[in-house]
Amino acid sequence: MIRMEPRTEISRRMTIIAPVAAVLVALALASIPLLAAGQNLFEAYGLMFKGAFGSAFAISETFTRATPLILTGLAAAVAFRAKFWNIGGEGQFYLGALGAVVVGTGAISAPVWILLPLVLIAGAAAGAIGLIGPAYLKTRFNTDEVVTTLLLNFIILLFVQMLLQGWLKDPMSLGWPQSSPIVDEALLPPLVGRLRVHAGLLVALGAAIGVYILMRHTVLGFRLRAVGENPHAARHAGISVSRTMLWAAAISGALAGLAGVSEVIGLKGYLTSDISPGFGYAGIVVAMLAGLSPIGVVISSVFIAAIFVGADSMSRAIGVSNYIADLVVALSLLCVLVGGVAARYRFRWMGLKGREV
Amino acid sequence: MSAAKRTSAPEAGIELPVILELDNITKRFGPVIANDGISLTLRRGEVVALLGENGSGKTTLMNVLFGHYVAEDGEVRVAGKNDNLVQLAPGSPQTALEAGIGMVHQHFTLAENLTGFENILLGVESLFGLARGRGAARQKVQNIVRESGLAVDLDIRVSSLTVGEKQRVEILKALYRDARILVLDEPTAVLTPQESEGLFEIIAKLSAGGLAVIFISHKLHEVLAASHRMVILRGGKVAGKLVTADADRTMIAEMMVGRSVPGSKRSAMAPGEIILKFDGAHVDGVDARRSLHNASIEVREHEIVGIAGVTGNGQAALAALISGLVKPDKGSVQFLGERVSKFTPKSFMDAGIGRIPEDRHHDGVVGAMSVAENLAIENLEDGRFSSNGMLRFAGFREYADAMIDTYDIRCSGPDAETRLLSGGNMQKLILARVLDCEPKLILANQPTRGLDVGAQTDVHNRLLAARERGAAIVLISEDLDELFALADRIVVIHAGNLEDAGAIENLDRTSVGLMMAGHQDEARAS
Repeated sequence: MIRMEPRTEISRRMTIIAPVAAVLVALALASIPLLAAGQNLFEAYGLMFKGAFGSAFAISETFTRATPLILTGLAAAVAFRAKFWNIGGEGQFYLGALGAVVVGTGAISAPVWILLPLVLIAGAAAGAIGLIGPAYLKTRFNTDEVVTTLLLNFIILLFVQMLLQGWLKDPMSLGWPQSSPIVDEALLPPLVGRLRVHAGLLVALGAAIGVYILMRHTVLGFRLRAVGENPHAARHAGISVSRTMLWAAAISGALAGLAGVSEVIGLKGYLTSDISPGFGYAGIVVAMLAGLSPIGVVISSVFIAAIFVGADSMSRAIGVSNYIADLVVALSLLCVLVGGVAARYRFRWMGLKGREV
Repeated sequence: MSAAKRTSAPEAGIELPVILELDNITKRFGPVIANDGISLTLRRGEVVALLGENGSGKTTLMNVLFGHYVAEDGEVRVAGKNDNLVQLAPGSPQTALEAGIGMVHQHFTLAENLTGFENILLGVESLFGLARGRGAARQKVQNIVRESGLAVDLDIRVSSLTVGEKQRVEILKALYRDARILVLDEPTAVLTPQESEGLFEIIAKLSAGGLAVIFISHKLHEVLAASHRMVILRGGKVAGKLVTADADRTMIAEMMVGRSVPGSKRSAMAPGEIILKFDGAHVDGVDARRSLHNASIEVREHEIVGIAGVTGNGQAALAALISGLVKPDKGSVQFLGERVSKFTPKSFMDAGIGRIPEDRHHDGVVGAMSVAENLAIENLEDGRFSSNGMLRFAGFREYADAMIDTYDIRCSGPDAETRLLSGGNMQKLILARVLDCEPKLILANQPTRGLDVGAQTDVHNRLLAARERGAAIVLISEDLDELFALADRIVVIHAGNLEDAGAIENLDRTSVGLMMAGHQDEARAS
């Protein structure tokens, strides 16, 4: 039997070593199917790295992919800090995209310096509203937010599909279920020449800095941390747990909503119901890999984006399915979770007969 | 008060055979040495008290004995056949049980929905045996009950037994497994004084019958009443071994703490204005523990009102009410002569009510946050700690430095993680936070639970100083010594009812104890 004894102290170094080690273990485990497919490991991983960072185009693609991940990752990190398990990033992402479309496709004509902020705010607000509902139910009736937020994802996606077939459908789209294009004044400009990486990246990086300041330097961030770490003591100390929870939900939802806005007005220019390949869910992995640190979220977003972009490129070159990317990401999360347990406990082999009473 | 009659220690001349020997036990947890070369012998029919403050290594030692931990060094030897000492295989609770070591934990391990009899058989008899061999088993249990005097109805569900009765079932369970060595871990923590005395009588009877008992406690008067010998631990080492007949309280206390401990002195003071008044306050809790029935009470300036009662009799509801965590379903609460209409922790703190919660880890501090953050947590919006919603770290640090200094909070600094503090220092942190605001009313709920003697005295002196300053204090405690040392008046709480016992000068422990048991026990006792 193996016995686990909790460690009294978790060293600070561990919080950095653990995710890096987890990633390395994940890459090692993912090499098993690569080997089974008869590939040379160095060549395969080399191609992945080149595909993600090997050229200006590759780097642009990686950061383009990282942009929404940073925002959904921050969304998860803020909520999880307050121990509010928001699994609904995907739904809030689509609500944000919807908000951008409603405001940004010509309903309002205004100069760019008014319209662009307006679109961002509309999307953030839509995302926030989408999470305040479940948060209110939790504070009021103690409903399980994992269930409500998760199920809302499907409801919202179907709602978006319905709108894209109806009210929001672009009459010029030749029957495709997509929205009218965003007007020029509401678009985020590209950052470098003709590459796809766009100003949404700056929004995401700004949000990361904002979240860092929020968590570390504001009274609200203090309350959020206190409620997350020990809601009983927080309540006893006069902090309103429900109000803090609602704030956490609003901020989290707004960040996930911004991710949707950024994809619509930075990359695509219009909304389709397949605009997100699961950014909302990937944000959870991003946040966990980052240990909920906002700066860590930026790093882990770039890593996960690189895995996806690199795997695409590798699969084009040597014909291995790009599902290898999903595998690496999933394994990384599992390794981080296992690593977290390993960091908190000491394992002891008790012999086969050692029995607990 | 009368201590239970102490049976005479085994005569010095007739050395009874040694039944258990702990030899030079050393157990480390990382850099911490929890047990440092501890040796202890136990003879048949002997009651040895294991005394020590929290963190002195009592529990670790017993976990080594019971096979939950493996010691780095040292041996446990138990008498086998012909009284030969045989080494016990380390790390195996099963062997410890088979060797006849029985343990009654502080928190009982009974299946609530089975009867006492079924609980005793559970795990010993096979599942078929539970149905078939009941006759023989029942005979054996009845014999044990007759010999030990552990009378309890074994045919009703455990959930309807009192705490004291459950403890008897636990002891019977150990005896049924032919325990020759019985370890009682803080057995009186949940008992009324009368129940404790009953327990001591049973221990005396059992040891006279040859059972060896290790009695873990940190309450001096109990140890003096119930043991033959005592082993005192301090900081993981044996600080002293005494024969109980030769020991006195100051001597033991000094060994436990390692220095002399002056007691707290309460000076007579005339109570002033009424600060807090309950008028038929009623709280319907989810269970009896959290309910309060029609409670009326007055607490004045310069007055400490002690709430005496066995844990789980409505103290939680009373504390929640004074903390602003619940509002009364009926009746009223008046503070400074005005009826309170808003019941939130924040409004209570703003009004000048300081609260020391019962469970400091659970309600008192956020363990993962720093000392400075926990000191400021109740006053975040104060100009010292924030402006325009932004935290002022300089203010945090300055305040924490001052509090660490004034209240002697031992930690590595304002940034130390609070969960790493010892219980006593964590309590000092809470005291600093509460008392520094000079509250008009202080709720002190079990303020010294789990603290060592030195830290206890410190808490007592701080509370007395607050009383001197003019604060009204509600002191909830299950420790009669503490109440008699601090309180001006005693109010007894039983089954959610408050009953004023009057000024401390007119009270003795026996009468308070009877009231704590809810009177109906009075007839049984007399």
